Amino acid sequence: MDNLGDKNSNIIEVSRLTKKFRDFVAVDNVSFTVGRGEIFAFLGPNGAGKTTTIRMMTTLLTPSKGGIILNGINPQENQDAARKSFGIVFQDPSIDEELTAYENMEFHGVLYKIPKEVRKKRIEELLKIVELWERKDNLVKIFSSGMRRRLEIARGLMHHPKILFLDEPTLGLDPQTRNLIWSYIKNLNKTEQITIFFTTHYMEEAEDVATQIVIIDHGKIIVQATPSGLMAKTHTETLEKAFLALTGTTIREEEAGVIDHLRMGRRMHKR
Amino acid sequence: MPRSEISTAAGQQHKLILVEILLRGMDVIYILWLRQLKRYFRSRTRIIGSLGQPLLFLLALGFGFGPIFQRAGQGNYIQFVTPGVIAMSILFMSVLSGIEIIWDRQFGFLKETLVAPVSRLEIMFGRTLGGATVATLQGIIVLLISLLAGFRPYSLMALPLAFLFMFLISLLFTALGTAIASVLKDMQGFQLIMNFMVMPLFFLSGALFPLSGLPKIIGVIASIDPLSYGVDGLRSTLSGITHFGLGIDLVFLSIGIVILLSIGSFLFSKIEV
Repeated sequence: MDNLGDKNSNIIEVSRLTKKFRDFVAVDNVSFTVGRGEIFAFLGPNGAGKTTTIRMMTTLLTPSKGGIILNGINPQENQDAARKSFGIVFQDPSIDEELTAYENMEFHGVLYKIPKEVRKKRIEELLKIVELWERKDNLVKIFSSGMRRRLEIARGLMHHPKILFLDEPTLGLDPQTRNLIWSYIKNLNKTEQITIFFTTHYMEEAEDVATQIVIIDHGKIIVQATPSGLMAKTHTETLEKAFLALTGTTIREEEAGVIDHLRMGRRMHKR
Repeated sequence: MPRSEISTAAGQQHKLILVEILLRGMDVIYILWLRQLKRYFRSRTRIIGSLGQPLLFLLALGFGFGPIFQRAGQGNYIQFVTPGVIAMSILFMSVLSGIEIIWDRQFGFLKETLVAPVSRLEIMFGRTLGGATVATLQGIIVLLISLLAGFRPYSLMALPLAFLFMFLISLLFTALGTAIASVLKDMQGFQLIMNFMVMPLFFLSGALFPLSGLPKIIGVIASIDPLSYGVDGLRSTLSGITHFGLGIDLVFLSIGIVILLSIGSFLFSKIEV
């Protein structure tokens, strides 16, 4: 553990992390560190183990082996403190559509035990940042997917987290919205000193914003470097080409998860 | 005696911290409860839709079986069946409220609560209380409707006790719904639960017919059906007719609640999203 680096410089330390689902090894002996204030891209093809790793890092899944330190806290020893230290925007939407934007924020604030007065101010501040303050009393079900994402980001920041996890935050959004969302995030990284840990399939996004990149494939870390370092290493001129050079060009078949089944079921009910 | 002073001071501080934790836990439970209520009141179609079935039961059974019931010397059937119909609508509503967790899982909202720095027990309690409150309200609405169908509570004094029974039934079956939803991965199994669990619970509970003089096997089944005690408690507080007796109803319902809440909490604590 000693060679993982200085406590002050690394906000995330993952060592020998492993997750097995019966015989299948989803995440295989993964170690990496994330420096404080970094914008860290966690890349890999579908089914590489990205989401499983994030689920373990955010206390939603217990690792089979290995350890995680978040902001100096071991989540397995002090789960609540670890949970307070990060905010998360999940890959799938996670807002209550039947509540208003404000109520969703309020709900989060109460769960994170933010005092009432602070809560009020913080909600206003954040909803103004993501330009949803005028829509605060609208039910989320009438929001567009871009608005929902902005709300989720605002919500994830409510409790002043030190780390913000973003699992494919711009999936399915138009270029304008993606651009807008990244400008918020870069700004937050600068002004609030939040470490950003994100996954994406849009390589140009990662190339644009990331200060560090880790590529994972078949549950194993392939490389950790800066975007320019990666391109230099693979003698390519874009991150996308570097990524393909490192992970190959075959398409990965991912087994549909529970959520996908549910979604299919719902679509059928709707008809 | 400075030492004992210190220890009592420490003891008081300890108590204060405990109270604080409880109060903070209350906030979490309250907001989860409030969420269920808001969702309920915002879905008017759901409220109206869920009133159709009890209304049909009251009209078709109440008026259809009324004459036969009377001729058999059992008195007014509306008086008899209304508590059963109230219990039915509470049963359906509570199980549905509990099972809503599946939707929350689908829409991802469950993750938001599971990743927050609160215990699963608080989440489970908040949800269950919310669901139970909604189901109780539903029961009260059905009671009001039944007044239009000619039902008359036999004693106003016993009404608060009737509300208590409504809440106990709600609590028990919301916990059951939560337990089921914690195990079910999707809505595919929902029909199975409705037809092989909820419907039998209802039909064999004595909601529609008196439990006395039944074939032995049906009688045995009815006596292990927790809803039987709920129906009987409601019937004795609303219509003054009882089979088991109020005390037994209360005790058995409470035991059922403790068991199902424990099972529900355990299964809910095992959910992975």
